[in-house]
Amino acid sequence: MDQDLESGDGSPSVIAINVVDAVVAFIILAIGVVVVYSSVKLGSGWTSDGPGSGYFPFYIGLMLCLSGAVTLYQSLLGKQKDSDSFVDREQLKRVMAVLIPAGFYVVAVHVVGIYVASTLYIALFMIVLGKYSWIKSVLAAIAVNAVFFMMFEVWFKVPLYKGIYEPLSFLGY
Amino acid sequence: MEEINALFQGFAVVLTPMNVGLMMVGIILGVLIGVLPGLGGANGVAILLPLTFTMSPTSAIIMLSCIYWGALFGGAITSILFNIPGEPWSVATTFDGYPMAQQGRAGEALAGAFTSSFVGALVAVVMITFLAPMVARFALKFGPPEYFAVYFLTFCSFIGMGKGSPFKILASMALGFALAAVGTDTMTGQLRLTFGWAELMRGFDFLIAVIGLFGIGEILLTMEEGLAFSGKSAKINPKVVIETWKKLPRYWLTYIRSSLIGIWMGITPGGATPASFMSYGIAKKMSRDGAKFGTGQLEGVVAPETAAHAAGTSALLPMLALGIPGSPTAAVLLGGLLIWGLQPGPLLFVEQKDFVWGLIASMYLGNLAGLIVVLTTVPLFASILRIPFSIIAPVIIVICAIGAYTVHGAMLDIYFMLLFGVVGYLFKKLDYPLAPMVLALVLGDKAEDSFRQAMLVSQGEVSIMWSNPLVGSITTLALILLFWPLISKALKKIRPGAPDELIEQQPVD
Repeated sequence: MDQDLESGDGSPSVIAINVVDAVVAFIILAIGVVVVYSSVKLGSGWTSDGPGSGYFPFYIGLMLCLSGAVTLYQSLLGKQKDSDSFVDREQLKRVMAVLIPAGFYVVAVHVVGIYVASTLYIALFMIVLGKYSWIKSVLAAIAVNAVFFMMFEVWFKVPLYKGIYEPLSFLGY
Repeated sequence: MEEINALFQGFAVVLTPMNVGLMMVGIILGVLIGVLPGLGGANGVAILLPLTFTMSPTSAIIMLSCIYWGALFGGAITSILFNIPGEPWSVATTFDGYPMAQQGRAGEALAGAFTSSFVGALVAVVMITFLAPMVARFALKFGPPEYFAVYFLTFCSFIGMGKGSPFKILASMALGFALAAVGTDTMTGQLRLTFGWAELMRGFDFLIAVIGLFGIGEILLTMEEGLAFSGKSAKINPKVVIETWKKLPRYWLTYIRSSLIGIWMGITPGGATPASFMSYGIAKKMSRDGAKFGTGQLEGVVAPETAAHAAGTSALLPMLALGIPGSPTAAVLLGGLLIWGLQPGPLLFVEQKDFVWGLIASMYLGNLAGLIVVLTTVPLFASILRIPFSIIAPVIIVICAIGAYTVHGAMLDIYFMLLFGVVGYLFKKLDYPLAPMVLALVLGDKAEDSFRQAMLVSQGEVSIMWSNPLVGSITTLALILLFWPLISKALKKIRPGAPDELIEQQPVD
């Protein structure tokens, strides 16, 4: 994939690579500490029948801590730290334009089930981001989801999530 | 030879109307998946895996592996026409493929790419036909220490040969292991890392991770460059195809070399992506026209495509015979085998002959059918990409969500998928390789189990890893690969030779 961060399209950088690198490394380090702690609680030494169940995770946790710490150091204080732009404003806007609706979509799936949520999601995506007409988008969304419904519920007999409120229960599936 | 007999029996299994039908469906789906960025080979197989629960395992894996071949072919289409690699292993194809398209030679590039893919895959399948039973017999000598040694070798080769900071590779792998450890411990029944959350008792499923990391992550990454695809049009007519076929035999050495590279990378855990890069790099160095690579050389398309397909196909050999997947997609197929209750390994060849040889026979047919399908339908697939991204993107995300849900019927998995998507986006941008994490997720439990069993047998002596020549050689090889960066630096100080830029160019995806 073309990840040419140098030749940005002129929009200002939101955050530098090494800062994100440091944050991610710190999170890894934190996860490592948690893993080490739980492994020790489980028993990371040798029991009479071999390694305890915390033995393996303990060393995994140590590896996480080690690599997290080293990367953290390298990204903040190392010689080769990359201060280029991680993402610029234009790129971030576009990524968020997909990520945030996707987040709402997943919550919607939880509440009203996959079919209704997907219909709403595709329709709204087309209307807002694709600038299509209201009618076209709703029709397209309903068509796609009708196909999915037939494919999964009827043909493959794989029931999909209907949501907490089950708005489609009138269909009898 | 008994292999040929078994192979013909396999053909008999495959040539039923239902299986042939599934093959065609699989190939078409696969090409579609390969063409759409965001739905990758590993991802696509992962999403469609639960749908196959209603089929017999043989039919299911025929369809899934045909999806795999389709994706291998399809990735080249967008690389050449749009300079957008539809798959990680098609990146090398863009180097010369897109310039060729820009010069109006798209048909030639496509014909060259597909034919080379077919040749690479064919060589690999022939190799599998004859080597597989041998490897399987050899695998009978494997006990827990040997299995752990092989897993260890797998992981070490990633750290030793990957590009980028070894610490990031280590972190990625360790994260995969940590995620694999969540849930019920298989040997003691204790709950690990669940923090009292009953939902986590199931642990993290690698399918969810793959769909999130490779699917959602890829979409987020693609979004950075905006919603537009502007591609070169492509007409592929029989004349162009035949013209190209006339030119190809000139590159017979490239074919042999690339196939060997591909087979090697497929069997050892490298996969199609490193194979394609390595093959391109070596072809560039060794070819007469090497300096012109990057401006639209047919050979620059032949080399990576042959290697990628040879690797993708041979990745299935260690998967079937040893249970060690040679690539992320093979890892997903391995997961499928386990779900269907089939235990990969030497016993698979003895107890499930129909399955194994049916699969191998379908590889021959699938590749041939795939070649014909892509040569005839390129304009159709190219036009799909003209569907505006604002329609395709949400549909892809919906498909991913459905895929994630159908694995366990758990809503929570869809949330995890989204989380993995963000992780995938961040990791890709920060040069954390994703393949080690996926491998660790798939193999983590088994690696740990074999380690603990080996330790039980030896009562805690790590020296069991050198107790016989087989285990000892694998373990030593693993350690050499693990410390390779240090070793090669030391060697360079002693013998200042040509810079090892080839090693730097191999991203492990």
